Amino acid sequence: MGEVLRHAWIVAKKDLLLEFRSRTALVSATVFTALVLTVFNFGRDPTAVATIDLAPSILWVTFTFAAMLALNRAFQLELENQALEGLLVAPISRTSLYWAKFFANCAFVAVVEAIGLPLFVLFFDVPVGGVLLPLVGVIALATLGFVAVGTLFSAMVIRTRFAELMLPVLLLPFFIPPLIGAVQVTARLLEARPLSEVSGWLRLLAAYDIVFLTLATLLFPSTVME
Amino acid sequence: MTLAQRGRVWTVSGFVLLAAVYVRALAFTPTERNQGLAQKIFYVHVPAAWSAMLAMGLVGLASILYLLLKDARFDRFAAASAEVGTAFSLVMLTTGPIWARPIWGTWWTWDARLTLTLFLFFLFVGYLLLRSAVPEQGLRARYSAVLGICGLVLLPFIHLSVYLFRTLHPQPIVLKPSAPSLPNSMLITLLASFAVFTVLYIGMVMQAYALVAERDAVVA
Repeated sequence: MGEVLRHAWIVAKKDLLLEFRSRTALVSATVFTALVLTVFNFGRDPTAVATIDLAPSILWVTFTFAAMLALNRAFQLELENQALEGLLVAPISRTSLYWAKFFANCAFVAVVEAIGLPLFVLFFDVPVGGVLLPLVGVIALATLGFVAVGTLFSAMVIRTRFAELMLPVLLLPFFIPPLIGAVQVTARLLEARPLSEVSGWLRLLAAYDIVFLTLATLLFPSTVME
Repeated sequence: MTLAQRGRVWTVSGFVLLAAVYVRALAFTPTERNQGLAQKIFYVHVPAAWSAMLAMGLVGLASILYLLLKDARFDRFAAASAEVGTAFSLVMLTTGPIWARPIWGTWWTWDARLTLTLFLFFLFVGYLLLRSAVPEQGLRARYSAVLGICGLVLLPFIHLSVYLFRTLHPQPIVLKPSAPSLPNSMLITLLASFAVFTVLYIGMVMQAYALVAERDAVVA
């Protein structure tokens, strides 16, 4: 297990290094997030709907789209110059490769969300002061679920026709359970309700993460077998 | 007789039997007191839902077996079952609102079971789209097996998460811990319809399987 994680970390570090050196994908994803937030602002009638009522939906629709965008590029990177073949002949297990991509994607999405959350607070004047820590926890729980399935699927869709279109079609149904949970918890948190009220949702989120991370780890080797 | 021909015999018998079920449902089964004639659609709606669920379950099972045994027949079966399942979930999704409009007063509501069946349909469509987007046979089989297994695992999660909202859907009537809570005459009609829809499922899967096998043979 230690070996698997060590290899995963090496490959993830390579991905993140590439990402932070070029920054194109990261900047695009962040700008995209800011733009979606802006679109939401103009997509509602401010005299009819209070922002606080819409806030959880705005936050989560934005993060869902941002995660989707980030996951689309996870394996795209490896298509150039047949880099994926190189990775597959490297003496590391397929499991390491999955975890590497999982780590790198988590880091990528986390950075986008870390910029998106303050923007969301700023644009919509949402009072997050007292609940910041639990809110970040929920974001982390839901993001782990998104990325666990997303990494598996993005490995498959790169070799299909219309990859950019195929990923959302396959992935969005899988985002629904964590999305529902995250929206419910966020809404309660913003209303300053106690955490005990949402323990069921938190358990659901955690169960989703564990089940799909395990399933994806088991299934990933079948998607990259040569 | 080829598989496709046998499938056609099963399917045609299924449709004849379905007509018989409706003769029984309309002429020899009492009309429900509160819902009136609208309730008669249940003899299509509920069995169609059953066949769609059966189709998804078998897609998942065939996917697991394919990844374990790498036998192309499991992949073809999963493809056939998904195709037929899509048709049944469409029947379920169209008959449901027709009943819901007069009884609930709305065509659609985001109740647990409705949402679940909608996503069942989305999963089937996604599965078939993925298949059509991968030209190479071995790769397609592996990808769709992975998606089939994930889909099967996803459904309980969707059900659980939407179930936490209050549900409007009629509670289970036949398959529940206590005895079925409908009169025998209705129960027999409904069970007959379940059997007929299973026959239809088998017949259609046989035909779809023959078609998939034919397509694979042409490509190979």
